[in-house]
Amino acid sequence: MVEAGRSPNIEILTLSEVESIEGEPGNFKVKVKINPRYIDPAKCTACGDCAKYCPRLAIDYFNANLTFTRSARIDLPQAVPTIYYIDAETCLHLNYETCMLCTNICGPNAIDFSQKPEYKELEVGAIIIAPGFGPVPQEALEKFGYGIYDDVLTSIEVERMTCVSGPTEGEVIRPSDFKHPKKIAYIQCVGSRDITCDRNYCSSVCCMYAVKEATIIKEHEPEAEITLYFMDVRTQGKGFDEAFRNFVEKYGMKIVRARPPKVEKVGEKIALTYVDEDGQRKRELYDMIVLSVGLSPPKDAEKLASVFGIDLNEFRFAKTSTLKPIETNRPGIYVIGAFQGPKDIPESVMQASGGAATVSEILREGRFSSYIVKEYPPEDLELMSGEPRIGVFVCHCGVNIAGVVNVKELVEYAKTLPNVVHAENLTYACAQDALEHIKKKIKEVKLNRVVVSACSPRTHEPLFQDTVREVGLNLALFEMANIRDQCTWVHADNPEKAAEKAKDLIRMGVAKARRLKPLVLQRVSVTPTALVIGGGVAGMVSALSIAEQGFQVYLVEKEPELGGSLKRVKYLISGENPQEFLKDLISKVENHPNIKIYKGAQIENISGYIGNFTTTVRIGDTSEVVNHGVVVVATGGKEYRPSKYPLDGKKVITQLELEERLLENKDLDKIKKVVMIQCAGSRGEELGYCSKVCCVQALKNALKIKEIKPEAEVFILYMDLRAYGFYEKNYFEARKKGIKFIRFTNERRPQVVEGGVKVYDMIAGEELFIPADLVVLSVGIVPSEDQEAVNMLRIPCGAEDGFLMEAHVKLRPVDTATDGVFICGLAHGPKPLEEVISQAKAAAGRASIPLAKKEVEVSPIVAAVEEAKCIGCGICVELCPFTAIELIKVDKKRKAKVITAACKACGICASHCPVFAIDLGGYTKEAILEQLAGFKKEPMEKVVEEEKVEVGN
Amino acid sequence: MGNAKGKVLILGGGIAGIQSALDLADLGYYVYLVEKKATIGGVMAQLDKTFPTNDCSI
Repeated sequence: MVEAGRSPNIEILTLSEVESIEGEPGNFKVKVKINPRYIDPAKCTACGDCAKYCPRLAIDYFNANLTFTRSARIDLPQAVPTIYYIDAETCLHLNYETCMLCTNICGPNAIDFSQKPEYKELEVGAIIIAPGFGPVPQEALEKFGYGIYDDVLTSIEVERMTCVSGPTEGEVIRPSDFKHPKKIAYIQCVGSRDITCDRNYCSSVCCMYAVKEATIIKEHEPEAEITLYFMDVRTQGKGFDEAFRNFVEKYGMKIVRARPPKVEKVGEKIALTYVDEDGQRKRELYDMIVLSVGLSPPKDAEKLASVFGIDLNEFRFAKTSTLKPIETNRPGIYVIGAFQGPKDIPESVMQASGGAATVSEILREGRFSSYIVKEYPPEDLELMSGEPRIGVFVCHCGVNIAGVVNVKELVEYAKTLPNVVHAENLTYACAQDALEHIKKKIKEVKLNRVVVSACSPRTHEPLFQDTVREVGLNLALFEMANIRDQCTWVHADNPEKAAEKAKDLIRMGVAKARRLKPLVLQRVSVTPTALVIGGGVAGMVSALSIAEQGFQVYLVEKEPELGGSLKRVKYLISGENPQEFLKDLISKVENHPNIKIYKGAQIENISGYIGNFTTTVRIGDTSEVVNHGVVVVATGGKEYRPSKYPLDGKKVITQLELEERLLENKDLDKIKKVVMIQCAGSRGEELGYCSKVCCVQALKNALKIKEIKPEAEVFILYMDLRAYGFYEKNYFEARKKGIKFIRFTNERRPQVVEGGVKVYDMIAGEELFIPADLVVLSVGIVPSEDQEAVNMLRIPCGAEDGFLMEAHVKLRPVDTATDGVFICGLAHGPKPLEEVISQAKAAAGRASIPLAKKEVEVSPIVAAVEEAKCIGCGICVELCPFTAIELIKVDKKRKAKVITAACKACGICASHCPVFAIDLGGYTKEAILEQLAGFKKEPMEKVVEEEKVEVGN
Repeated sequence: MGNAKGKVLILGGGIAGIQSALDLADLGYYVYLVEKKATIGGVMAQLDKTFPTNDCSI
């Protein structure tokens, strides 16, 4: 968020709406209406005085309407832009021409009631629509007593309650009596999977977020008893099943499979009446009910559609197709995020990067034509070389830090430390106004070292480093004292000791800062080509996008033909033809001037680092060496063959085998009864995880059978029918067409026996035998066996499932821990075709960034070898997890050399070097010893001298 | 200012819009990020923690 606020190439227009659009791809004219903020952004310092004095209460939408705010306000302290605004709907002056208190109170005279709506005509080459989702209809909530009983809440209300900066400061309380609820129930599928409120789709995210919320409640209130009411548990995302299981077990949550039709008040409690899986009618009393609300289309979906000239689907979301998941019907206008269909954060992020790639394809000629290059002022060498003048900024982080320790005291303490010439508090050091303030102070007080005592360098160090650079300080002169993650969060129950520890951490940070030295910023040039490993859909879509963006691609496929797993998929549930798509894709890839294809080829060797990889490709007896700047790994997956089932290819087959038969109309006349078994080998049988696609695949094939042979009887035996998103409608259709669904549990799985399948029926309470002519197994997906390239690139794989691991599950779903290496497709995890396509585009977008920039800035905080000391033993080379150290010959002697662009500054080499020849920039032995000395509270010089003697000895 | 082909408009400043804007800026484009509310961040800014890492969502 803050990063977007700081980019010179992102112009944020808030309180704005698009009025009209004219033109075509490459040349759109967009009329935007910018509503008045009534506060001048250039003058507002975000001091908050206007909100403090504003007499007009307004309902606080940001806190889910749980509390009041003022007409003059800011939604959250970290808002971007960090500028207050006046809510025109409630302001006394704007509605009744009275008040104007804020005008008098505002120090910098920023209040400006004369502002009028402003209209801008913007000329752009492409448009991306990402308006998100809207609220569920009121009637869907009322059905469960919301708005009738105080203690029925929505999940977003509880989300705000669990937030420490929310309306209850992190406490979960029942609105009726402000007591902590001891017994809580979550009701799933509110405003989802419900035809009565016109929501015949699944919102895909609620099962997972309900468990997350319940977990957080349990952390706040360990004694709370939480029951979750599900229809199906749809945690089909990567790693979600495992997380779900762990949290339910760890916190002892109760899972009930029912949708309570009746919610009523009984005394001070709320009663839920439902029928459980055994067919028993039950009633339970709760202190509080939480409704897991679904994702609806935006309220103004029709208006958006008409302004942008795009079509909506039957559910009022933007209409797209499986094969073109981010394209609307209007060329040059793309849709991403929840408006394209309900989805979670990682998938939204994938589509976002995919959308960026698609735009970059059509606008490749315009790249850098309107771009503003961010320039930093030259470093102030005189200031930096002087005696350390340290500034310490202690962040409150709302109540995260200030709620546990006395931050004022920490500031006073910091002022007593040597070389500290300035110390002060900041409410949120990461907020834009606070960053501006830090810059101002660096200039005013002539600071040449900055210590921010706040959250964690893991998330915020780059932001602060960038801030000090903007005023001419070298980024290595910044130091962070981690007083939140490693102090107030973990010692919240012991504030006194926490305060002591915070002081220790600040003292150590200051001590280290005294020894920090400026480091040289390096740039590495990038070979503007990409290597894509894998010629399935993911690899081809990715290769084609990178090529269309204007860069050379080398595509390596191990098989003699392109196509991968999709070759076996004969039709889609949407009715689209995957084989025509594949044929077309292959022809585009094969004929693209920027793509060179190696078929029947293997990766023999990959070495190098972002910008400069070298790969040897072996094709039969010959081999070729290619240089490239980035790598996209799309090595795919394959059908798992479970060992516990008698798969014979005749009477017991897999869904893919069935698909071939259905297409060829083979042996269909003999088939009268078909039994499909879901999760065959998956979700705790042989594989631990859910393969995400098999439920929809079963529905697709079952419906196909019914289409060809309506009289055939089809059973689907399942654990949770994961027809998420709009696939719910296919599930509904399947039920209507008479396909029979029987649920089983992991403990009592169905058995394939002679002539049919045995399954335990929970409602009847007995084992059933279903005779079948054909048993179809919905088997899972496993990663492909070809892992050589993955191993050479040292991409970590999931310990349980073997799929490639992304850098961050939510926010960096196609990046890996190694810069310049990207992943997509089934190699990253099981997913349906439209998600593979989005993800492949995303990988292409992310991979093209260094190619477009032509160079990458390398962090100066890297290892460096002191050549004179190095004995060339090679221990560091062996230990480096990023292959960032090589041995070179210097005057016929072996010496270690760090490839700075590949170094991740983990410090393993420095800590293992037997002759102390390796130092880490920013973490030199000198600085670390000083930091340790700081911990001892003794005069620093003395301790450092002693340590030096020890090291010398 | 500049060439229309070097500029992109994104409607919506939630996580999807922001990520797309950042990527496009990194790819060499100038982005207008149009948001209805007074701040960007969307629904994700309202979430306390995100699963399963429980990172702060801001």
